[in-house]
Amino acid sequence: MTNFRTAVMQLERPGDPSVFGQDVRSAAAELVARYPAGQQRSALLPMLHLVQSEQGHVSPDGIAFCADFLGLTKAQVVAVVTFYTMFKRRPTGEYLVSVCTNTLCALMGGDEIYQSLSKTLGVGTDETTPDGMITLEHAECLAACDYAPVVTVNYEFFDNQGVESAEQLVAALRRGERPLPTRGAPLCSFKEIERQIAGFLDERPESLDAEATGTPTEIGVRLAIERGEGAPSYAVSRDGEPADPPEDKR
Amino acid sequence: MPLTPVLTKRFGTNQPWKIANYEGLDGYAALRKALTMQPNEVISVVKDATVRGRGGAGFPAGMKWQFIPQGDGKPHYVVVNADESEPGTCRDVPLMMNDPHSVLEGVIIACYAVRAEHAFIYIRGEAVHAIRRMTRAVREAYERGYLGKDVLGRGVAVDVTVHGGAGAYICGEETALLDSLEGKRGQPRLKPPFPATNGLYDSPTVVNNVGSLASVPYIVLGGADWFRAMGPEGSPGPNVYQLSGRIVQPGQYEAPMGTTLRELLALAGGMSRGKELKFWTPGGASTPLFTRQHLDVPLDFDSVVKAGSINGTSAIMVFDEDDSVVHAVWKWTKFYEHESCGKCTPCREGTYWAAQILERILTRRGRPEDIDTLLDLGDNILGRAFCALGDGAVSPIASSIEYFRDEYEALVREPVGATA
Repeated sequence: MTNFRTAVMQLERPGDPSVFGQDVRSAAAELVARYPAGQQRSALLPMLHLVQSEQGHVSPDGIAFCADFLGLTKAQVVAVVTFYTMFKRRPTGEYLVSVCTNTLCALMGGDEIYQSLSKTLGVGTDETTPDGMITLEHAECLAACDYAPVVTVNYEFFDNQGVESAEQLVAALRRGERPLPTRGAPLCSFKEIERQIAGFLDERPESLDAEATGTPTEIGVRLAIERGEGAPSYAVSRDGEPADPPEDKR
Repeated sequence: MPLTPVLTKRFGTNQPWKIANYEGLDGYAALRKALTMQPNEVISVVKDATVRGRGGAGFPAGMKWQFIPQGDGKPHYVVVNADESEPGTCRDVPLMMNDPHSVLEGVIIACYAVRAEHAFIYIRGEAVHAIRRMTRAVREAYERGYLGKDVLGRGVAVDVTVHGGAGAYICGEETALLDSLEGKRGQPRLKPPFPATNGLYDSPTVVNNVGSLASVPYIVLGGADWFRAMGPEGSPGPNVYQLSGRIVQPGQYEAPMGTTLRELLALAGGMSRGKELKFWTPGGASTPLFTRQHLDVPLDFDSVVKAGSINGTSAIMVFDEDDSVVHAVWKWTKFYEHESCGKCTPCREGTYWAAQILERILTRRGRPEDIDTLLDLGDNILGRAFCALGDGAVSPIASSIEYFRDEYEALVREPVGATA
């Protein structure tokens, strides 16, 4: 996974931690406080998401900031940055469009979707359109195989895609529109979603209560109800006292 | 085999992710009950239920709890493996998005049982809506007194931190996950010592999968015998089979362990393109492929091993006769090559070379000896890699050659340009 060349490049420029203001320092302190005393290094991944949310990628400044804040060397931080796919080493577009091209999605159309988008946008994986709107990437399995083929925009699910629907989605994004995901919250920018991944909740009610279900998610339960099937039942006591022995309704 | 929704039973109900709605559907009744029991009693119930790890390894969750040394004066931790990324697997993300409190309730009960005061839910970074839902669930649980310094006034302290990952399949391996949670590159650790004694911050740690922990509240309420009433003796319980691929209705089908693909396919409406089933995975890409001859294998941990594969995560990806098995295996191998952490030579080099050879075969530049070279390569990875990722990478290669050698041979025989 290591991109040695990028790692070396990042060390060539020292980076300036002071580009991050007091608000970022406070947020970082809040992240560190979530881990046991003396274990502040655990906050490194969240902090890298945090600096990425400020700059759209993990820059030498972000690396210097994390190293400085956590008492690590920059080499230690770079080693971590280069290990993980989600830390971008170049400026990322307003929208990160990820097309699952792992085997199942790929065979069901993901490869065609990726190739089509790559041609339309004129970019390859981990590259950004000149207007800074779209970064394209081919992604590994996104845990939505029952909705294959899957595309995500800033990690929100657009399920059951085809070449045409994916092209329309990207065209809408380029026009400045924000189509609603199939499952998940209304879209925000890449920087905003990175702040959420860092561990700061998106407080919009339409985001918190966005539906995340669909036929594949519910099909088993629906069929069970239709067929009058279910797990054996048991009695539930409401007051914390032991419940009655389970009854078997089968 | 009847459908037995347990983990999935709240899917489709009115906003089950909200704490009030969850409480209205028996939510947190199990925690209340567990807090009236001794911690060791809770461990016994979970152990007696024989919940085998739903993350794929199938190790009994109750045993992991029992291994935590007590009275050792060290802090204990519970770490939730929510890094779901095994290709084909799509159970934990929908579960956290739809019913996050069931996971959280299991976590709090686990903390009480093993005397841990701090739990970490390590969620794969890409799963933003799962992170969002779990984070809000944790906040709601604090507000209602299910978390904090004095849980439900019983003098028990439990804190929970939701931690987002950053995109690395290897972090699903429990010790790599622990290193990642400590802010390092996610590379697996040498075992022993095991996490039960030397886990997070070198302290006793239980690492359980989301599905295993979400099963705990139901076991506490229903009892071990209730859980064991479903499925076979050594591998019981309700199980979420995740079906995807060339079938009419992909999705989450929760049925007793030991259900067969033939039964599941009947529920899912059969094959989708009018084509015959060709190959499928019983539990994700890392489990040896099955074929039509395995339609009646009971899909539970023991029976699947007897039939030559692994139950894994119960991620069933179905492919039909129009799908090229060599192409599928090449794509999976590229995945393992990309996700190999680089720590050990057999996996790092082996996945790289296997991908090269498969690509050569697919582009009709293969040599007849390539097929045996692939098998030989697999023998040098299997059991010799540092962690299970290497073994997993060999599974699709070796099993596809076992069942579809003719397809490889045809590709190797036909020179470039012979067919399109």
